[in-house]
Amino acid sequence: MSWAQIIPLIFMGLLGFALFVYVVLDGFDLGVGMLMHRANTEERNTMVASIGPFWDANETWLVLGIGILLIAFPKANSIILGNLYIPVAFMLIGLIMRGVAFDFRVKARLEHQLGWNYVFIIGSGLASATQGWMLGRYVTGFAEGWQFTLFALAIALAVPATYTLLGACWLLLKTEGELQAKATRWAKIAWVPVVLGMILISLATPWVSTVVRDRWFALPQIIGLLPIPLATGAALIALRWILNSPRVRADLCWLPFVLLIGSLVMGALGLAYSLYPYAVIGQMTVWDAASSTEALNVILIGAAVAIPAIFGYTIFAFWVFRGKVRELTYG
Amino acid sequence: MDALILSRIQFALNMSFHILFPTISIALCWVLLFFRHRWVKTREQSWLTAYRFWTKVFALTFALGVVSGITMSFQFGTNWPGYMERVGNIAGPLLGYEVLTAFFLEATFLGVMLFGHNRVSERVHLFATFMVAFGTTLSAFWILALNSWMQTPQGYWVDPQGIYHVASWIEVIFNPSFPYRFVHMVTASFLTVAFLLCGLSAWQVIKKTADEATPKVLKTGLILAAILIPIQIFVGDQHGLNTLHHQPEKIAAIEGIWHTEKGAPLLAFAWPNKDTQTNDYAIEIPKGASLILTHELNGELKGLNEFEVHPPVAPLFFGFRIMVAVGMLMLAASWFGVYQLRRTKGDVLKFPRYFLYGLASMTFAGWLATLAGWYVTEIGRQPWIVHGLIKLSEIVTHTPPANIAFTLTMYVVVYLALIISYVGVLKYMAEHPKKTEAEPTAESGEAIAIVANEAIDSTSGEQK
Repeated sequence: MSWAQIIPLIFMGLLGFALFVYVVLDGFDLGVGMLMHRANTEERNTMVASIGPFWDANETWLVLGIGILLIAFPKANSIILGNLYIPVAFMLIGLIMRGVAFDFRVKARLEHQLGWNYVFIIGSGLASATQGWMLGRYVTGFAEGWQFTLFALAIALAVPATYTLLGACWLLLKTEGELQAKATRWAKIAWVPVVLGMILISLATPWVSTVVRDRWFALPQIIGLLPIPLATGAALIALRWILNSPRVRADLCWLPFVLLIGSLVMGALGLAYSLYPYAVIGQMTVWDAASSTEALNVILIGAAVAIPAIFGYTIFAFWVFRGKVRELTYG
Repeated sequence: MDALILSRIQFALNMSFHILFPTISIALCWVLLFFRHRWVKTREQSWLTAYRFWTKVFALTFALGVVSGITMSFQFGTNWPGYMERVGNIAGPLLGYEVLTAFFLEATFLGVMLFGHNRVSERVHLFATFMVAFGTTLSAFWILALNSWMQTPQGYWVDPQGIYHVASWIEVIFNPSFPYRFVHMVTASFLTVAFLLCGLSAWQVIKKTADEATPKVLKTGLILAAILIPIQIFVGDQHGLNTLHHQPEKIAAIEGIWHTEKGAPLLAFAWPNKDTQTNDYAIEIPKGASLILTHELNGELKGLNEFEVHPPVAPLFFGFRIMVAVGMLMLAASWFGVYQLRRTKGDVLKFPRYFLYGLASMTFAGWLATLAGWYVTEIGRQPWIVHGLIKLSEIVTHTPPANIAFTLTMYVVVYLALIISYVGVLKYMAEHPKKTEAEPTAESGEAIAIVANEAIDSTSGEQK
């Protein structure tokens, strides 16, 4: 393979990586947002405090992801965003509602604060559901038909469930006492639709997409690929099992979050394998969609320097706010 | 209406809404760094109070800037897909570098800056604040480099498919209008913040909610504005000369010059008439435009008749005059304010009532001038997306117009609600400066300890 063929793959990898980091990081704070409708005022404040210092940087990964799509794969970007015009708009409205409610909910006059809480909750739900819908549409290559609509709808429910579980696991890690006990219960409830959703999607994806079917169900690949579903299943079962242990509210409070991220990594690998080498499944490969090699070279140099630096100060920020959540005050 | 006009309206709406918030956050963060630094140096409680209050304003502004910025990044793809296909090799790396070098920097350190004050040392906190300020400015650098390139493109070559490639990055980034545009925008940001500081502080004095920080904030705002506004007028003039050189049709539209003439008058007011190609009801200063733009009384200025395509005249003509008028008002207000500071020896409570009301009414004067200025420069590029090279109609989406009409309506409603909320909350905060804490205090033990420490610190500070 020549460099001109390799560099689009590097950027596809970066794109997938940015979107994966986005799903994990903004996933937990969108999940915390959706869970807020089950919490009382004091718990809501603690929940927002647990994500307050991070949400902004978390959302930047979405900007990086969409930026790479726009910059490195302009032709795929036109097709994808052209097909997703309306759901993108709804997602943006959701992200706008949520992002501003973060600040308005404590600064507005008292009688408006309750309203901003609902804006926060609804915005989180809307952003999560539209992301699921878009994923569903994208995976099927924007095919038309009732079964594809049904499929996209199923993912539009599965993604918020996954984010909710992520959010509950995050709260297990970051909170104590009554709220932590609630988070354990929330995690148990959210676990069921997450598992159902994953099974459904694993069955439905090859059913709605011949490309994916041919890719997975052929010897000898299927043997090499088996570890992916097996590891996902094992991680999810371990997660559910550990939720029953009292240690999940003590020294193992980090474990459910890590196990869930592990299963998401497996899911992402499976998805990457299904899609490769397409930028738009069945229509356009990454090489057809890519920008010129020299432009990609220029960005790659920057990315090679900037991304380790981003990692460095992201870890620094998470380290500064390590441990159980404390109340937030500007100082 | 077709997709082109709807997309243009939607983009203009998104841009106008978005620009309001970076215009504040770019400079406000440097002002916060100044407040925080004063607190560290002097231990005067008032600097910390000022820092706390304006941090809330900053956090709110930043959040609105982030969410509307994400919308902007999607707009390129949803409404102008041809843009990246044609000039992606140039615009892509510039936008990419903005995200990689600036966005993550400001967003990540923002958390530490806002909430990390009792988790990190004072030095690290100052560093985090500096990184946020640096990040916002760096962000402006990349965006203005790209915007300026679209106005005065150079350093590129075009292949037979009409795709643009980079010949020299130095020439692309440091294109002829970039230095003027960058300095003009950053200065505009500082002026906007200066009048925001003055306006909210004046409102606090009027509403009798002023605290120990108010005089310091008002003084900072007035002095900042008084120093910067003459500089801004000079920079703006230089920017105008640069535009005359590279985009003469824009200047012709701004000055309402329909036909090439020598000794062109400066129009203080007029009603440009598209049909007759003349200006009705003109109040003019003879030879003024020629004098300003060519530094000769009878200098020749090219008229719109010389250009095959040119921007619409009325929005540029009026936009420019609104910007200049607000600038003049800023000059008068800030210099009069400095005189008042001397007269009252810095006691802002003794400022004349009419002047306080005047400052309060100018709280968002910077927004007005900045928006007017951006309209002049961006509408002035029409019908081009890249001046002289690519027209907007070549890059627009094929999305059904009904979809765009739907999203446009949605954005109008949401943005209207947000702008009302934003201004409303700022007003509420100014009227209740002590009540609006960052988060309601659930467990106040720690907070009380901090307050007590600060009280001790501030008294010991005063004793020194």
